[in-house]
Amino acid sequence: MGFENFGTVSFTTEAKVADFITQLEAGKVMATRCRQCGGSYFPPKADCPKCLSSDVEWFEVKGKGKLASYTVVNYGPSGFENDAPYILALVQFDEGIQILARLSRDITEKDIKIGMNLTVHPAKLADNRIAYEFKRA
Amino acid sequence: MEDVAIVGAGQSVFSRSCGESIRELSFEAYKEALEGLDITGKDIDASVICSAPEYDKQRSPSGLISEYLELTPKPTFYIETVCSSSSTGLRVAWSLIKAGLHKTVAVIGFQKMSELSSRDAAERMGRGGDIIWESPFGITMPAGYALYARAHMARYGTTEEQLAKVRVKNSHYGAANPKANYRKELSLEDILNSEVITSPLKKFDCCANADGSSCIILARGDVAKGITKKPIWVVGLGAATDTMTMAGRESLTGLRCAQEAAKQAYKMAGIKPQDVDVAEVHDCFTVSELLAYEDLGFAKPGEGAGLIEDKETYVEGKIPVNVDGGLLSKGHPIGATGGSQVRTIVRQLRGEATEAQVKDAEIGLVHNIGGVGQYGNVTILRR
Repeated sequence: MGFENFGTVSFTTEAKVADFITQLEAGKVMATRCRQCGGSYFPPKADCPKCLSSDVEWFEVKGKGKLASYTVVNYGPSGFENDAPYILALVQFDEGIQILARLSRDITEKDIKIGMNLTVHPAKLADNRIAYEFKRA
Repeated sequence: MEDVAIVGAGQSVFSRSCGESIRELSFEAYKEALEGLDITGKDIDASVICSAPEYDKQRSPSGLISEYLELTPKPTFYIETVCSSSSTGLRVAWSLIKAGLHKTVAVIGFQKMSELSSRDAAERMGRGGDIIWESPFGITMPAGYALYARAHMARYGTTEEQLAKVRVKNSHYGAANPKANYRKELSLEDILNSEVITSPLKKFDCCANADGSSCIILARGDVAKGITKKPIWVVGLGAATDTMTMAGRESLTGLRCAQEAAKQAYKMAGIKPQDVDVAEVHDCFTVSELLAYEDLGFAKPGEGAGLIEDKETYVEGKIPVNVDGGLLSKGHPIGATGGSQVRTIVRQLRGEATEAQVKDAEIGLVHNIGGVGQYGNVTILRR
């Protein structure tokens, strides 16, 4: 399985890092780390451009992240019309990892504060689609 | 080695729907660029065609436009860095001339966005991000800039009213620009009361999709002097990038690509920010212009809002910015925008900007950004 059911609309399927989806289905949001030089990557990379190794391992993005910024999207592009309004957020985790995803629907705009703690979790969407989202820590 | 000058600069009227084909649209800018020069199309050695793909059906538009303008059999090719395509084209043309391959090069930017609905255009722009990791969440161009706006507000206390004041200024100048799509003056209330597109950005914080074209003709210095009485010299070029993903951004309070490109361009030109007499910056959104003030060194980080509060970026101010109305008034036909910005500065430095001339402008700057800061070009021109 590749990225065909990832997010509201997916635009491509194949990638060497497609294992990400299998692990997402199993309840984990994963990043990659290069076994040679220790470089960590999100979005996950199957290859390490620093040392040119493709010997990478998966690790789970755990713990609290901090909200760096957010926006409430009222006007969705084609394919996303029915999702709007949705809140996109950028959250900073340890190891220099930053993730863009939506905030869970139970967080409303008035609850949001830049710097607030959030965690990242898999999110089941309609029609057997899957993504990840941020929840209150 | 000979320097490189701009000898001609033109653009079409930017409109919501031009009702013509991309070749005809490109002709309008080409004609204006060539008018008044002592050359014809036969003297152009090569053309660089710039646009963002996927807005119209034509594949490989360079060949098509080259044929329509009768530039065959001269070489032509396509350059793309989304919204900054035509200033990247200018950089490439400069290099071709400097390298001695060509003496005179035309850079033609175009975009016809009206063949798509607004939502479909937004989807194309969303795919100007990372299509595996970020587009599936429904990121859009305004959403990307909204992340910067919110972060800037949180860190520096910048307000929605200050963002709106950028549009008040640009709508004021846009109203006088016959090439602009949007020619109404807007009040602070009009802007603040417009619908929220992606918070904190409202409808009037955003530029509009448009159809349009631009053309810049560059020539080797000795050739340029024979073609025009008013060559405008390309004295500084900077280009840089940032990550395709928002996840890769180290800072959300300024565009790293712009900061880096500006540093390069100032160094090459041997000038400082305060030496710039007039600037065109990439105001695809109001916040983008505010970020540009800081990224270009017109204001310190966090102090950009002060410039618009004090009206220092109006024609009479310390550093006039976007006194042609900017993208916010002109509209933003992606591939044509950089060339249109260059045209405005060329007119300013020649003293021909009748609608809003900055007195005695000698040094001008163009800041043209691709995507949500994925690509950044800063170009410095001198009369």
